[in-house]
Amino acid sequence: MARAVTPQRKAVTTLAAWTVALLIFFPVLWMVLTSFKTEASAVAMPPQFLSADWTTANYAEVWARSDYPRFFLNSVIISLGSTLLGLAVAIPAAWAMAFVPGKRTKDLLMWMLSTKMMPAVAVMIPLYLVFQRLGLFDTRIGLVMALMLMNLPIIIWMLYTYFKEIPAEILEAARMDGASLWNEIVHVLTPMAIPGIASTLLLNVILAWNEAFWTITLTTTKAAPLSAFIASFSAPQGLFYAKLSAASTMAIAPILILGWFSQKQLVRGLTFGAVK
Amino acid sequence: MGKIQLRAVRKSFGDVHVIPGIDLDIEDGEFVVFVGPSGCGKSTLLRLIAGLEDTTSGTIDIDGKDATNLPPAKRGLAMVFQSYALYPHMTVRKNIAFPLKMAGMDQAEQDRRVERAAKVLNLASYLDRRPGQLSGGQRQRVAIGRAIVREPAAFLFDEPLSNLDAALRVGMRQEISELHQSLKTTMIYVTHDQVEAMTMADKIVVLHAGRIEQVGSPLELYRNPRNIFVAGFIGSPKMNFIEGPEAEKHGAYTIGIRPEHITVGDGPWEGTVGLSEHLGSDSFIKVNVEGLGVINVRGTGELDVHHGDRIRLAPAGKIHRFDKEGLAL
Repeated sequence: MARAVTPQRKAVTTLAAWTVALLIFFPVLWMVLTSFKTEASAVAMPPQFLSADWTTANYAEVWARSDYPRFFLNSVIISLGSTLLGLAVAIPAAWAMAFVPGKRTKDLLMWMLSTKMMPAVAVMIPLYLVFQRLGLFDTRIGLVMALMLMNLPIIIWMLYTYFKEIPAEILEAARMDGASLWNEIVHVLTPMAIPGIASTLLLNVILAWNEAFWTITLTTTKAAPLSAFIASFSAPQGLFYAKLSAASTMAIAPILILGWFSQKQLVRGLTFGAVK
Repeated sequence: MGKIQLRAVRKSFGDVHVIPGIDLDIEDGEFVVFVGPSGCGKSTLLRLIAGLEDTTSGTIDIDGKDATNLPPAKRGLAMVFQSYALYPHMTVRKNIAFPLKMAGMDQAEQDRRVERAAKVLNLASYLDRRPGQLSGGQRQRVAIGRAIVREPAAFLFDEPLSNLDAALRVGMRQEISELHQSLKTTMIYVTHDQVEAMTMADKIVVLHAGRIEQVGSPLELYRNPRNIFVAGFIGSPKMNFIEGPEAEKHGAYTIGIRPEHITVGDGPWEGTVGLSEHLGSDSFIKVNVEGLGVINVRGTGELDVHHGDRIRLAPAGKIHRFDKEGLAL
């Protein structure tokens, strides 16, 4: 029997959903509002929700004081580069795990995932030293490599889940039709997994864009992306909340816009395979 | 050419010996059907020939050349799968042309072959549709089209009609038979449906637990089954088997009588009618005969017998005799 949805029940659940959504969104909203306040009203007690004197001076000052386009470009290169490189490695890996699994494939998948459970700081010193010795410190290629390796388990796991949904018979048909392994992956598997690959790409671009621990640890100036740009506004003399908020808003705006336009794809990707 | 020879072919998955050892010759142009119950190894045998599974030992020769270790693409065979296995992101035209594209054929020749296959299979008006927009029968035709454009040495069919409804199945069965007659290419067809096997095959290979029980033409298998398994598997309804004194009278451990070889009327066996099915053209009756058990009878036309009637039966055709091991005497 279908569960009855009364208007009251609907109203309560809608209210609850809005409350939770606002709670999650509130810090972002507060940050955006603060970015348009003066430093004085940003730290005023009690907090002013709507400031008396709105200003865009924080943005102008942040723009003037730092090289935003360079940080932005670094973020784009690092997040896209690490994701695309990750996909290039993960597609064949996920293919092998999904279609020609060995006895230890499940263990390997679990092991890969377990590396994500390790605190990043545990490998900070060795990775820092490796980066210095190899001349990768504060380079875009270094960060691309680091973030690719950090996110590779997630990329492989996601693709593995999508590939498992593709009937093996279709790939066998391609083999019978004379397709080499390369053609099988390029002409059959990849086009069929496009929705899954797109979701994986989007999610990993967002993860790489927002990554702060490694981007701050492994860069100084040249390769620093927007996460390091935010950090550069927390001065030892004290925090300038309005300017910090303006910098943060400028840093997250591009990815927020990307996320907004691709939310349908993202949601589909994250729930893919939940129901056959 | 499409002559295929299997010599001592074995296949094991770990400790499970799916094919304990098979020798088989398939002549050029033959329509061979592998038939047997679920799990008998018929699909595995087909996949070994296709190259989709590696043999554990033994050799597979195609047109006199050892193909045992060749990848599927190099064997010159085409396969039609039970689930059609069409590429959902490609149009019918691209699906059919895919093997030609993989072979590096020029576009004009690809187009010519696709058009010809589409004409043969009545797909000409669907060439720009995607598989998702086609019915089951049309999808199966596309799968066949994809196989025929390559002009392979042999076609392999893995239960291709199982996903179709009964009416469509009969139609497609006839189309595949006609296709074989016009192409005269070797076809190996896997099915669990003995009616498909009987109606389509030049040669039937009956498999059981990974072993070949008998190879022969449909009527050879029907008339002279080599053992009880083949006798019971070929023919519908199933052959009646009788043991005990009645079998001993014929000098056998078990005797087998086909339902269509028993007449209703006068006869030595008396029993009560259980289930009776009247199809108009045929009547199928189950009779509980004292001392023999349930006997299936198939009568031509309308037999006026119903549930609970007492009737007499008489064997009126060949009585198959089997020894204690189930081998034909």
